[in-house]
Order: sequence, then C-alpha cells, then structure tokens
Amino acid sequence: MSNHTHTEVAGAAHTGVKSYIIGFVLAVAFTLISFAFVMMEEVPKKVAFIGLSIAALMQMLVHLRYFLHLDRSKAQRWNVVFIAFTAVLVFIFVGGTIWVMVTLNSRMM
Amino acid sequence: MLGKLSWSDIPLHDPIIMGALGSSTIGAIALLGLVTYKKWWGYLWNEWFTTVDHKKIGIMYIILAGVMMLRGFADAVMMRAQQAIAAGGNEGYLTSHHFDQVFGAHGTIMIIFVAMPFIIGLMNIIVPLQIGARDVAFPVMNSVSFYLTVAGAGLMMISLGVGEFANTGWTGLAPLFEKEFNPGVGVDYWAWAFQLSGMGTLLGGINFVVTILKMRAPGMSLMKMPLFTWTSLTSSVLIIFSFPVITGALTLLTLDRYLGMHFFTNDMGGNMMMWNNLFWMWGHPEVYIVILPAFGIFSEVVATFSSKRLFAYKSLVWATAVIMILSFTVWLHHFFTMGNTVNVNVFFGITTMLIAIPTGVKVYDWLFTMYRGRIRFTSPMYWTLGFLTAFVIGGMTGVLMAIPGADYVVHNSVFLVAHYHNMLIPGALFGYFAGFSYWFPKMFGFKLDEKWGKRAFWGWMIGFLVAFMPLYAVGFMGMPRRAAHYDDLSWQPYMITAAIGTAIVGLGIACQVIQIVVSIRKRESLVDATGDAWDGRTLEWATASPPAEYNFAVVPVVGDLDAFWEMKENGTAYKHYPVYADIQMPKNQPYGVIIGGLALAFGFAMIWYIWWLAIASLIGIIATIIISGSNDNDGYLIPASEVKRVEDLRFDRMKQAAKEEENEKSSKEEVYEYSDKNN
Repeated sequence: MSNHTHTEVAGAAHTGVKSYIIGFVLAVAFTLISFAFVMMEEVPKKVAFIGLSIAALMQMLVHLRYFLHLDRSKAQRWNVVFIAFTAVLVFIFVGGTIWVMVTLNSRMM
Repeated sequence: MLGKLSWSDIPLHDPIIMGALGSSTIGAIALLGLVTYKKWWGYLWNEWFTTVDHKKIGIMYIILAGVMMLRGFADAVMMRAQQAIAAGGNEGYLTSHHFDQVFGAHGTIMIIFVAMPFIIGLMNIIVPLQIGARDVAFPVMNSVSFYLTVAGAGLMMISLGVGEFANTGWTGLAPLFEKEFNPGVGVDYWAWAFQLSGMGTLLGGINFVVTILKMRAPGMSLMKMPLFTWTSLTSSVLIIFSFPVITGALTLLTLDRYLGMHFFTNDMGGNMMMWNNLFWMWGHPEVYIVILPAFGIFSEVVATFSSKRLFAYKSLVWATAVIMILSFTVWLHHFFTMGNTVNVNVFFGITTMLIAIPTGVKVYDWLFTMYRGRIRFTSPMYWTLGFLTAFVIGGMTGVLMAIPGADYVVHNSVFLVAHYHNMLIPGALFGYFAGFSYWFPKMFGFKLDEKWGKRAFWGWMIGFLVAFMPLYAVGFMGMPRRAAHYDDLSWQPYMITAAIGTAIVGLGIACQVIQIVVSIRKRESLVDATGDAWDGRTLEWATASPPAEYNFAVVPVVGDLDAFWEMKENGTAYKHYPVYADIQMPKNQPYGVIIGGLALAFGFAMIWYIWWLAIASLIGIIATIIISGSNDNDGYLIPASEVKRVEDLRFDRMKQAAKEEENEKSSKEEVYEYSDKNN
C-alpha cells in the first residue's frame, strides 16, 4: 500500500536511550513531588492542590516530549498542531462545562 | 438464554407497525431471493462486501443513506399525517407513545443514518481522487467504519419489529431516558445504534485527516486543495474532537441504565442539565460536520458550472476554518432556557451570531463566482441556487434565535423545527444531491438524466417551502414541537398545509427514484467516455469515469488550485504514457464485515440483556482486531502491463467517442444542408 511511500517514520531519530532515561527520571521526579505534596501534612491544602496541578501538567509535558517525541521538527508538525488544538478544546469543553454547571442555580438564590 | 426477549416483544397487535415490518421483510426476502437466484453472492462478497476500495465503500455508504432516507421519510409522513388530523376532538391514528417513537426515530435516522453516511460516502469517493491519491490512508479501517455504521442502522431497523424505539427524541431527554422512567428497550436501541455508528464515524474522521494531510499529490500545498477537500478536512477534524464527547456521554447513560449509577438523574447527585451540556457539545459541531462538506460541494459546483475560478478562494478556506473553531463555542444556545445567568446566555448568544459572519462570506463568494460567469443550468446548479435562496432564510431565523430573549419565546416550538429543517434540507441535503448528480458520472461512467433531476429539484424545493414555512408561522402562534395532539383548532390549517408540502417532497423523491431508473436504462446515450463529464476544474476529472482501481496510472503533479483546468490549458491533460510502472494496491479483507456483524450482535445482546452473546461477540471483535493487526497486509501488485492494458482501453474509448461525436455533428450538418435544398 502507498503507506510506505507517504508516511514518514515519525520521530525515528529521537528514540535514543538517553531521552528515555531523562524522561523516566523526570516522570519519577514529578510523581515523587506529587506524593510529597499530599503526604507532608504541614503543606496547606491550597498549596498542595496548586502544586499537584502543576506537577500533573509537567508530567503530561514530559510524556509528550520524551515518550511521544513531540518536538519542533517538520515530521512532528501536525502532531504538535493537533495536540495544541486539543489543549484549546479541552479548555473550552472543561472550562465551559464548569462555568455553566457552577452558575446553573445562581438565579434560584 | 434470550435475556428479556420474548414473543410478546413483537408488536403483533399493531397493524401500522406490522404493515411496515411486513412490507420491509417481504422486500428484504425478495432481494435476498433475487441475489441467490442470480448467483450474485460470490460476486457481491468478493467485489463489494470485502472491498477496501474507497470508491466502492463510498457507493455502499450512499446506498445505505438512500435506503435509510426512505425509512426516515416514511416517519416524516406519519408525523405530518398525525398532526394534520389530530386536532381538537380527533385523537389521530397514532397513540402518543407510538408518535413519540416516530419523531425520535426520524431524527436519529436522518442525522446519523442519512446525512452522515451520505456525506462520508461522497468524501470516500471524491477526496482521494481530488488529492491524487490511490486510496485512503487506512483502507481496512475504512471498511470497518462502514460496517459499524451498517450495524447501527441494522439495530434501527430491528427496533421496528422487535421491541420498541426510544420515546425521548433523537437528542435524548434527561432524565426521562433513565431506567426509572423508561424501563423498556427503546432508549437502549437508540443509545447502542448511536454508539456503534459513532465509533465508525470516529474511525472515518481519523482516516480522512491522515489521508488529506499525508497523501496529497506532489505540488498540492494546503492552499491548492480543492474546497471540497478542505471542507472534508475540517469536517473530519470536527469528528475527531466532538465524537468522543458523545461516546463518553452515552457511556455514562449506559452506566446509569445498566449499573444503576446517577449521572443524569434528578437525585443522588445526578444532574440532568449535564446531559444537555454534553450532548450539544457534540451536537452543535455535528451540525457543521454534515453541513461543511455540503458547502464544499456547492463551491465545486458553482465554479465548474460558471466556468470560472472560485471567487476569493482564500476567504472561503478561512471562513471554513473559522466556522470549524466557532462551532465548538456555541453549544449552550440549544438550552438558553435552562435558566442560567445573563452572562452565560449573552456569551453563547454572541458566539452564535458570530458564526453568521463567515457563513455570509461564503454566500457572497458563491454569488460573486457566478457573477459574469457563463452559467450552465444543470441540475447540480439547480440544487445550488435553491440552497442559496432557502438557506439565507434559515440563517436569519437562526440569528433571531441566537438572541436569548427571543429564544425564550420560540424555544421548543415548531418554529425551531422549521429553522433547523431550513438549515439541514437546503444546506446539507441539497448539497449532497448536488454532489450526487455532479459526481454520478465519476462513480458510474454515465450522467444522470437531467429532466428528471430538475423535476426532483422542484419537488423538493416547493415541497420544502410548503412544508416548513407554515411551521414558522404556527411556531409564533405557540405550537410546541413533538405534539401528538393539540386542542387549538387555529393551528390545523397550517399543519394540513405542511402535510401537503410533505406530499410534494414525496413527489420529488419519486422523481429521484425514476431518475436513477431512467438513467440506467438510457446509460448508452448518457455515457461519458472522457472522464471529464462537466468540463471540470479539479483533479478527480483528470482520471477515467469510473476510475480504474488504482485511480491514477501516474500520480499527477499539481501546479494550481484548479489543477485539471491548468492541465487542460497547458495541453498536459490526457497524457497517454507509453510505459507504466507497477502499482501496489491493498488486498480485500473480510475484517470489516466480521467486526460489523459482531458489533450488531453485541448491540442486540446488550439491548436485550443476552449476556452470553454480548461477551462472546465482544471477545470476537477484540480477536478480529488482533488477527487483522497481526496480518501482514502487503497488498498485491498490479503489473505495469495490466496498467497499460487498462489505460490503452481508456484512450481507445475516448478516441472512439470523439470520432462518433464528430460523425454525429457532420451528419447533422448534412441533414441541415438537405433540408436547405428542399426549401
């Protein structure tokens, strides 16, 4: 099938062991940080919540960068575009839903 | 063994259902008998059912849409007949429970099993040809997509005779569709039919995005893609991002109904408005999924039949992209009346009005394309002009309803019914019909009969106006939608008019059926040997009609937006090469049929609680996916000599046809001379 001629082998140049090890170390680090936020009782709840959110976001970026090999190369351009568009839509969907649902009963009070 | 299923689930006592069931069963048996008698099974299995050829899959999609349209139209006739008579003391001929199922089935069928397969069918046939590709990116997955849609359609048809269909409309009515209020199988039929075809559509969307982004002919940059390819791309992107939402929402509903959870219930922390929120988060992009490709078809038709380059191509592309993004930001306008704050309603009201801007840009682009063009009034052009006039009315009523205050007045009235039919019939359906008659010669090698095509257009156009304009008026008078019966006798004349309009649409549909029969019988005289039936501009016309399995013997190089037009101007069109190369094509695979069949069994088993069958068919599906995935499908090679044979044949036919035309012309001239002498 014409697959062979048309699809570039995505990210073949980036699959070195080094990038996987960096990714693994970072992923473990953000996991440990997340656990730390929850387990250290002296951290206030609000700080822990914000910290967890940031750690989760960083975790996602690490996965995209080191495991899914997203970068600024030409072969990856469409993948990056789609990930960015997904982020926009997640913001619209989740943000919109929270806005709509939280304000739902405001005229009842 | 059979779960909840028993003989009492077949509504033998209802003459209307039994009549419909009886006639469709007899029709099906007659068809199967004919196929067996003519020994067509082998041919159908090898050439059609297991095919991975995008053109054949597209044709099967369109046949599915046509069959389901007849069923959906029958539902429309039933509703219009009921509302024409069920006023005051007259209860009509349908019970309200039956009427509720009819409007739910009509909506589900028309959107999910007519509009979607019709447009995905056209995309299948045309997009690879327009971009100069040999097939879609994932040919076997394409076949799986089709058969999942067929499985959903199968569940719809089974619900006619076994059990019942949902009485909660095509949009689902929370919390009425919960187990507590709806213990029957109707809602489950709706949910599983929806779910299966939705999965198929999602796979199709992925397929087309990859195909369009990765498999374009050399030289075809994004801004040289024909507009139908552009709108197919945006529509596929909408599919990828919106269908997971409905899949998720339906899964939550399934958890509610099967495992007693409380996502959309009134109590135990459930929230019925969450259903509306999720449904329309998919539902509004869905409107653009079906309508954007139709806009693409109108663009192709207008440019071809005005013999002009599209006016302001770039603005059309940008308008399409803006509509794609804005369509994700308007979903709340479907439930302004939920009673949210002013800020929420105003935000979504404004985003809704904004969509009118790019849409208006498109309308002007089409008008300016026609301006000073040499317009040929063929039937695709008729559908386009009908669309332009009717669609603008629908657009204006839409902007009217985007004002939350005005929406409170007409919400859930038949005014709304008139509005969205006014968008979807001229906007989407007329576009598909235009595309069908425009590309019919590409699919089968001969044109459709123009006379019957124009008659069909007038039937649809006049019928549509007579059927839906009264609904605007009676909507303002306060008639609610989905009413099986009403007491206000002043509404009745409008409903009778609407019923007459439906009958006129019926004449239009009859003309379409006659058109196809007449065209097949007259195909010798309607034949198009050149592959370029309309003096076209884009790449799909550069190859034979119908195209050989490999589409293009030599992949074309694109230098311009109107690639084929440019080739004709430069004299590089119709190149007959002396030598060709081998071509690798994908092999036919039965996996689509198998997965579709198992999905149908799975859906049926889930609906009727036949757990052993559900588990067995689910395991079967997973096993089939693993087997097909581990199979090295290298396809097969079409040797260069075979390519040469097919291409030589094509060019011989072309020369022959040109010669015949010449002879015809000169013989006509002789006749004129002869009659001149006699005078």
